[in-house]
Amino acid sequence: MRGVFRNIGRTLLQAIPTMMGIILISFLLLHLMPGDAVDAIAGMSGSASVETMDAMREVYGLNDNLVVQFWNYIAGVLTLNFGYSISYSAPVLDVIMERLPATLTLMMSAFLLALVMGILVGWAMAVFAGKWPDRLLTSTSLLFYSAPNFWVGLMIIVVFSGTLRWFPSGGAETIGASLEGWAWFADRVTHLVLPSIALAAFFMAIYARLTRAAMLEVLRQDYIRTAAAKGIHPLVIQFRHGLRNALIPVTTVAGLHLGNLLGGAVVVETVFNWPGLGRLTMNALAARDNQVLLGILLLSSVAVIATNLVIDWLITLLDPRIRA
Amino acid sequence: MSRKTPVLELLNLRVGFPGAEIVKGINLQIHEGEKLALVGESGCGKSLTAFSILRLLPQGAAINGGQVIYDGLDLATLPAWQLRRIRGKGIALILQEPMTSLNPVLPIGLQIAENIRSHETMSRKAVNERVIELLDLVGIANPRERAKMYPHNFSGGMRQRVMIAMAIACNPRLLIADEPTTALDVTIQAQVMDLLEDLCSKLNMAMLLITHDLGAVAQWADRVAVMYSGRIAEMAPIEPFFTGPKHPYSQGLLNSSVEDDWHYSDTRLTEIKGTVASAAGEKGCAFAPRCPYAAAECRLSPPELQSVAPGWVAACARLDAIRALSEGAAHVPA
Amino acid sequence: MTDATLIKPRRRLRLPQSLKDPLFALAVIVFTLVILMAIFADLIAPTDPQDMVNMPFLWPFEDSYSPLGTDQLGRDLYSGIVHGSRSTLAVGFSAAIFGLVIGTAVGATAGYFGGWIDAALMRLTEIFQTMPTMLLIIVLLAIGDPSIPLIAISIGLAAWPMIARLARAEFKALREADFVMASKALGYPTSRIITREILPNAMPTLVVGASVLVANGILLESAVSFLNLGDPNVVSWGSLIGNGRTQIRSEWYLSALPGLATVLTVLSLNIIGDRLTDILNPRSKVRDA
Ligand SMILES: Nc1ncnc2c1ncn2[C@@H]1O[C@H](COP(=O)(O)OP(=O)(O)OP(=O)(O)O)[C@@H](O)[C@H]1O
Ligand code: SF4
Ligand SMILES: [Mg+2]
Repeated sequence: MRGVFRNIGRTLLQAIPTMMGIILISFLLLHLMPGDAVDAIAGMSGSASVETMDAMREVYGLNDNLVVQFWNYIAGVLTLNFGYSISYSAPVLDVIMERLPATLTLMMSAFLLALVMGILVGWAMAVFAGKWPDRLLTSTSLLFYSAPNFWVGLMIIVVFSGTLRWFPSGGAETIGASLEGWAWFADRVTHLVLPSIALAAFFMAIYARLTRAAMLEVLRQDYIRTAAAKGIHPLVIQFRHGLRNALIPVTTVAGLHLGNLLGGAVVVETVFNWPGLGRLTMNALAARDNQVLLGILLLSSVAVIATNLVIDWLITLLDPRIRA
Repeated sequence: MSRKTPVLELLNLRVGFPGAEIVKGINLQIHEGEKLALVGESGCGKSLTAFSILRLLPQGAAINGGQVIYDGLDLATLPAWQLRRIRGKGIALILQEPMTSLNPVLPIGLQIAENIRSHETMSRKAVNERVIELLDLVGIANPRERAKMYPHNFSGGMRQRVMIAMAIACNPRLLIADEPTTALDVTIQAQVMDLLEDLCSKLNMAMLLITHDLGAVAQWADRVAVMYSGRIAEMAPIEPFFTGPKHPYSQGLLNSSVEDDWHYSDTRLTEIKGTVASAAGEKGCAFAPRCPYAAAECRLSPPELQSVAPGWVAACARLDAIRALSEGAAHVPA
Repeated sequence: MTDATLIKPRRRLRLPQSLKDPLFALAVIVFTLVILMAIFADLIAPTDPQDMVNMPFLWPFEDSYSPLGTDQLGRDLYSGIVHGSRSTLAVGFSAAIFGLVIGTAVGATAGYFGGWIDAALMRLTEIFQTMPTMLLIIVLLAIGDPSIPLIAISIGLAAWPMIARLARAEFKALREADFVMASKALGYPTSRIITREILPNAMPTLVVGASVLVANGILLESAVSFLNLGDPNVVSWGSLIGNGRTQIRSEWYLSALPGLATVLTVLSLNIIGDRLTDILNPRSKVRDA
């Protein structure tokens, strides 16, 4: 157990420079973007004289040199002050936090779906390696791997919402229905199904391919022969000795894809009118609300880092060699 | 003597990959409690022979013919579920590489317990006690704590001891050890071999010992089978074999073993094995291209095993001529 | 010992087999056709995809003049798909080249020099890998007006870490190779060793990696234009899908067909990349994916 904590502590320490780098990049981007906060306020209020704008710049510290500004920016970020959203007239943090849970829900359910399905499919592919089930599943996963997630989303809306009417086509809950308890939960889940599938399809294909390769690699190892020599059942060999080991590289790579997954969520959300960061991003972009855009980038990166910590912990559970 | 009952009998066993026969018809018997050494250069098919006994062949390889008789059953054709009852219980296997033959993510105690649990119905507690007893038996200190540790916590020699504990967990009648000490330090090698010998006599267990180490053969085996290019070249009791091997290949082995590194150096000669012998449909003795006594008669057909003395056979067409030569000259040409 | 000897013959057998695969041939044909379609778009589909040329909402095969139908403004979908391939492929390829250059530079430096340089550059790679790709692209797009170069640069900037990891692994391995050692012993300058000795050997792997990058670039471009963040004056497959979205319940073909074109193109690229990986490296590198 001590090893687990040491390992997580190390990852946490490594996350600090990563976070600093992301803060620096978003600071640079803020300065590359046309216009500053004062321009935006002036644009909102309709008209402002050059003098008032300059005075405001002085107040907001926008006339200081870049190093000072960067210092203030870091101080702001560390105190969770991401600035003020002009288009929403509220602190950026509040605007984002209101929508982050919806995005994380979608992201996590898609991630789990992709991981579980991907591993099962990949395992089946490895078991039937070279035979027709393998070829069928390999082609199918290659197809998913090649399809844009928003298009998958639209197509499953046509089939499962339009034609079959199994699931709603958008939103996170039935509007106007005041449900409670299980009914509320079931309503949320039915809304979650299609967007999760649309987002998961691509990653499921990746994890399936990875699991297949890892499984075939593992099944070649000497310890599989040792296990078979003990007379244990082939299924036990497949799961306890094969899959257990194959999960380590698969989970490791899955961690690397979290950023992509969250990025994909942004696109899928717009297809399904999911009330998360995706729509907020599009609105902020349209309103040129740069503070909100960068706040989203920063906070979603934090979310990725945090999820990565969980994955690291999972890997230490899977692999005793790391725990040592 | 009880030695006369065979535990395992290979009858004309042939094993190969698609398009390449590696083991070309082997006949041998291992008797109750006997230690039979199988020697031969790299790639001659020793491991494939060993793996085919329990049908644990690598991907692509298959038994192409012959029988593996154990307990009146032919393991080569036995249904998988019946074979599983023999794996680990009647016949156990130890592999060469202790670093890779244990599962890195499972505690070693569990890996040993797996063997017991798949053959015996015992309470969880009894299994644990048995695991600790076994670890103690193979000379691992603090077995209770060590059972919870993972393979990476052990040194190579210790891992091989764990492998041995796993193999003997169900008192097998036959232990197949494929180069059990090759990957270990010299000092550790002797310890592990001593342990194996000790366990063989304690448990009245027969052993098929595959090795490169002729020293180990002389010290620990009762009988030796020399393999060349997928066939048995000579099979003999230990003492007479080391004083006067009959087959030219065996003679070469004994001569070059003085240099100690015969196995991995020039004796490989893969190009001869690959082109002349196997690809050309193999007219005669596979050893002919390297044999100092090779003559025209050697290239007619693969020589059959002939009896040289009781319990001693060799596969060479010119045994008589060679005997005459070596009696004439004082030394055996290398 | 035994396992190592098992692999050699397989490698020899696999090389021609992978290329003879009919699927691979099909993928090459499809991808070539798509490229030809982009080059000769004006010849194949003379109607301007932005012009209203026919009745709105014609279904595919309903009217021979608009074989794949028309959208809500009577614009020709066939022409849209043919012309849309241009910007989609242009962005996909230039983003991939851009990503390949950055990724190779970063990965090669990290892998060759090792030590703190490696540590620092890998941290940089991780930073870019942590930021959600699509969000980073959107933020980069906020810097200027939407245009094909800006979109390509944004995608390249977001997608290079994968190549960097590949390049690093390759360079790290090749650094120790005999021929590199020999050049070092001969006193060749480092720049020569990197560009003339190692890079050519690492190139096959990197090119296969780049095929994945092109596929990713096409997918990301289509997402960008689907979100209406692309150049409004240029038709692309993503913008066609986005345009069809409002009628998805009734005229679903408006989204389905350009999407199908995207899938086919990306699929053929992925198949090509897959087969080439098999040849370079029969035991696929699990950890580098
Ligand atoms: N896929 C394959 N196709 C054809 N031949 C193969 C294949 N894999 C291995 N071989 C051959 O099978 C033989 C392997 O034999 P085996 O492993 O039994 O040798 P060994 O006597 O145990 O050698 P070592 O002392 O090195 O362990 C080698 O000659 C090898 O060249
Ligand atoms: S048969 Fe001939 S070639 Fe073969 S070992 Fe005997 S003498 Fe040598
Ligand atoms: Mg062997």
